[in-house]
This record gives sequence, C-alpha cells and structure tokens, in this order.
Amino acid sequence: MDTAELKLMAEKGRKRLIQLIYKAKAGHTGGDLSVLNLLYTLYFHVMNVGKDKLDDPDRDRFILSKGHCVEALYCVLEDKGILPAALVDTYGDFKSPLGGHPLNTLPGIEFCSGALGHGLSIGVGCAIAAEMDSRPTRTFVVMGDGEQQEGSIYEAAMAGAQYKLGNLVAFIDRNNLQISGNTEEVMGLRNEAAKWTDFGWEVKEMNGDKIEDIIKVMDTVDYGLDRPHMIISHTTKGLGVSYMENVAKWHHGVPDEAQYQEAMKELDERIKSETL
Amino acid sequence: MDTKIACRKSFTSTLLELARKDRNIVAVATDSRGSVTLTDFAAELPAQFVEAGIAEQDAVGISAGLANGGKKVFCCGPASFYAARAIEQVKVDIAYSKTNVCILGVSGGLAYGALGGTHQCVYDIAAMATFPGLSVFIPSDAFVTERLVKELAARPRPSYVRVGRASVPTVYDETLDFTPGKAIETRGGEDLTIIATGETVWHAAKASDELRAHGIEARVLDFSSISPFDAEAVRKAARETGKIITVEEHSVHGGLGALVLETLSEEPVPVKLLALPVEDLVHGDSAQLFEYYGIDWKGIEKAALEFLK
Repeated sequence: MDTAELKLMAEKGRKRLIQLIYKAKAGHTGGDLSVLNLLYTLYFHVMNVGKDKLDDPDRDRFILSKGHCVEALYCVLEDKGILPAALVDTYGDFKSPLGGHPLNTLPGIEFCSGALGHGLSIGVGCAIAAEMDSRPTRTFVVMGDGEQQEGSIYEAAMAGAQYKLGNLVAFIDRNNLQISGNTEEVMGLRNEAAKWTDFGWEVKEMNGDKIEDIIKVMDTVDYGLDRPHMIISHTTKGLGVSYMENVAKWHHGVPDEAQYQEAMKELDERIKSETL
Repeated sequence: MDTKIACRKSFTSTLLELARKDRNIVAVATDSRGSVTLTDFAAELPAQFVEAGIAEQDAVGISAGLANGGKKVFCCGPASFYAARAIEQVKVDIAYSKTNVCILGVSGGLAYGALGGTHQCVYDIAAMATFPGLSVFIPSDAFVTERLVKELAARPRPSYVRVGRASVPTVYDETLDFTPGKAIETRGGEDLTIIATGETVWHAAKASDELRAHGIEARVLDFSSISPFDAEAVRKAARETGKIITVEEHSVHGGLGALVLETLSEEPVPVKLLALPVEDLVHGDSAQLFEYYGIDWKGIEKAALEFLK
C-alpha cells in the first residue's frame, strides 16, 4: 500500500471513529485521534499481523497500553478485516462484546489493557519469549504521555535494557495533554528523550501526525540492535477535527449533533479533496 | 515422627524436574531465587529463568507476555508483594487477560511473622478469590504441592498458589488423591467438620485425632483448593455433621471462613471461625503465632470441645 492510499484509509478511519463515538456517546476522542495515524501505519506498513495470522506464533505482537484509545484500534482492526463491521457497530450497546478498553476475547487483541502502566512490562515478556524461541516476532507497545507518570513503566524500562531487547519497540503518543490539562502542569515529564536514553534505550523522535514521517522513522528501526527502541511520537490531541485539536476537554468528550455534523463536514471535505 | 518438608521446596524441586523435560516451562523471580528456593533451577536452566529484579509489577507483566509467547510461566516471590503491590497486574494481565501464568507466593500467611506486618500475608484469599478465572490454591503439604505443580504444568491456567516457608509435617503420602477444585476428606467423622486450608490442615487433622479420645469424630476437609471453591463439600458437611469450624492462616475478613459462611447463608448451621483478627499482628515465629491466634491443633481442639459442649 502506498503512502497516499494509507493516508486516505486513515482519514476514512478517522471519520468512522467519530461516527462510532457519536453513536456510542462514549470514547476517548482526543487520544484516539492523536494515535490513529500511528496505529494505521503500524498495522498496514510495519507489523506482520492479519486475520490469517491470528494464531501464528511468529506474528508480531501489538499492545495498546493506553487502552482507553480502543476506539481507534477498533477502526484499524475493522479495516484489517479482523473485526467485522457489524460487530464494531455494536460498540456502546448494552452487552456489546466491545468494551471501552481492549479485551483479548476479541480477535486480534493480545491482552486486556487500560489500567495504565502495564503494557511495557507485558511487551518485555513478549520480546523475551520471542528471543527464547528465536522467532522473528517483534513487539510494539503504544503508551500515552500522561501514562508516563505510572511508576511501573520504569521497572520495564530497566528490564528492556537489561535483556537487550532490540525486538521491542515502545512509543509515547506525545500529545502533551491529559485529562486535567497539560502534562507538564499536571506532573511534568521533562525530557523524555534524555530519560529513555539514560535507561539504555535507542531513542527516536517523529512527527506522529504525519504518516510519511512515521513510515520514514519506522523504516530505520534495527530490530537486531542490542537495546530496545523508544519512539517519541509528537502528536496533536484531537488531530483532524479542528475544534478538538489541543483542547483538553476532548480527552473523552463526545460531540453533540451540531459538533458531529461539523466534524463530518471537515473530514468529508478532506477525504474528498485528498488534501491529507 | 512425621516427615517434614517445606512446600516451597516441594514446589521448586518438582518444577525443576518438569522443566528439564519441557523447555516451555519458565520461572520468573524478583531477586527472590534464594527465598523461593529457585537457585538450583536458575543455575541448571538459565535459558528458562528470567530475573526481573525487585520489581513485582514488572515480573507479573513480563510473565503475561511470556505466556502469550507459549510459555508455561511460574512467577515466583514473596506472597506478600504479589498479593498487594502487584495485585493490579495479577488482576488485569493474568486473570482478566486469561494468560497461563501461575503466581507462586512463598512465605505466605504468618511465615515471615518475625519480620512484621510488611511481610506477613494474611489477605491473599480476600485479594485473589474475587478475580474470575483465577484459580487459587493454598496447598496443605508437600504431596499436595507436588500434585498441584504437575497439574499446573500439564494444564496451565491463570493461578495463584500460596505456600509457607518452614518445613512442615506432611499430611498425606504417595497415595494422595487430589483433584484441583475439590476438597480432600482428610479425616472422616459425623460429629463436627473442621474445614482448613494450607498448613493449618495438619493441625486440623491432629486435632481430629486428639478429639477421638473425647469420643468426638471430627471430619476434616482440606481446602487446598480455594478457587474453584468446593461448595458442595461444605453443604454436605453442614447436612451431615451439623457444626463447622473453619481454620486459616488468613484474616477473618474475606477468607476461608467467610467463603464457608457465604456458601451456607441460605441453609445456615453453626460455624465457628478460627482466623486472624483484623488488627496489627504480633511478631513471632510461625509456631508461636499459630498458638497465640488459636489456629494450632491445641487451639482447634479447645475450640471444638467448647463448640460441642
């Protein structure tokens, strides 16, 4: 799939996301929108996963540690043909198999997640297991920036370096906002790149809003390296819906009817013009 | 003289024996290989051993990841820390995610009694038994422990096993018939039932033996399996013996006694709970503490005689 096709698919995914959240009257809209381009790029450009590989022991492993952004994952898994559209449509319904956080009872989801600070440890375990069996499996863990305030992450930071896990790639979706406001005001992360470098990780930074940049950076990852990878993905919370961008209240804000129409109009225009 | 074996040693020697033949068996430790008695395992099978350092939350998460990669994982360390500090990882990464990880909590209950409240672990049934899909075991002796390890290696599942620290008398021998999820009738009797778990089972059996001199035949049910909980064995005991004493190295809140009372809430019989009070516990070795809190065989015998008066 070329970059233009991927960008168009992601933009259509963005529209599907807003439709899902609007219908369900629930969702972590802002963070879904900031992480969506990364998820589409991982699933359609980087990772060895697919509906015919759900039980393949060599498949890559994906862990959405910032599990509250599950709606974006539902959209990607639907486009991958792993989750049927009719099933995704039940999101928000009473007794829907789709929760507000990832459940591994669903195909294509490896772990239940959403209690923050868990995913990187799990990723370390997946990466060690792959090393033990000399499998080509790579493990990708997506965390939030607010999530970096959870201390358990730094236990995993030590372990990832200790076990020299070049087959492990972690991301911080650096959108600078958490539910109460700017991360640096709530509990400052300070210099993430320096911190992870000191922990012994190979650090890269990218513009996670731009699919071209994500592809460019991901294509340079050396999975045979003697240390794990931390990619700081600088993003915009609420990306793609102008009135949501960089506004903390859209952390889990749900659009009303007028706002929904406005978002649809903006997304439709962009999809139609292909100015992505 | 009874044979004495530490359950943690029974666990790890059985595990090592199985792991030599099954390279998918992996042990994870938290700077705890000595206290768990995994030193031999780590030295002999380094490729199947993962040291997580003093980081229980990380150890549980790593274990979940390893299990996803097809490993049969035994995540080992002091019970106190897994059942409290790492409880959310046990809940989400193991129980909710249904990963095939066995958490082995050693030196549980009052085993670390002299070290005080930071290390005593008398809340793990209350903590673990509420998680759907998590099997919970507190094996009563070395033979039950050995059967349990073999079962968990053959049919791995999300589970928590608590063992003690010291060498303790065995309750059974090689003829033991143990099915996870089923109570073991350790002693027969119709006058009273003593329901016990973990290392208190030996004391319950000894108390039952002593009670015979008083003309009392006390049934003993061994709840080495806490979850799944053998509610039918409890109901049957209530119907057939009328009175029940529960014994546990656990807080009176949310433990074995509470599970028995919940089971009998619609068909109540008199139940006496021998458990630990919800207060700061005193310091001492296991024997001193068992006596002090009345969960040794003398305490059980005394409680039974008063209960049947």
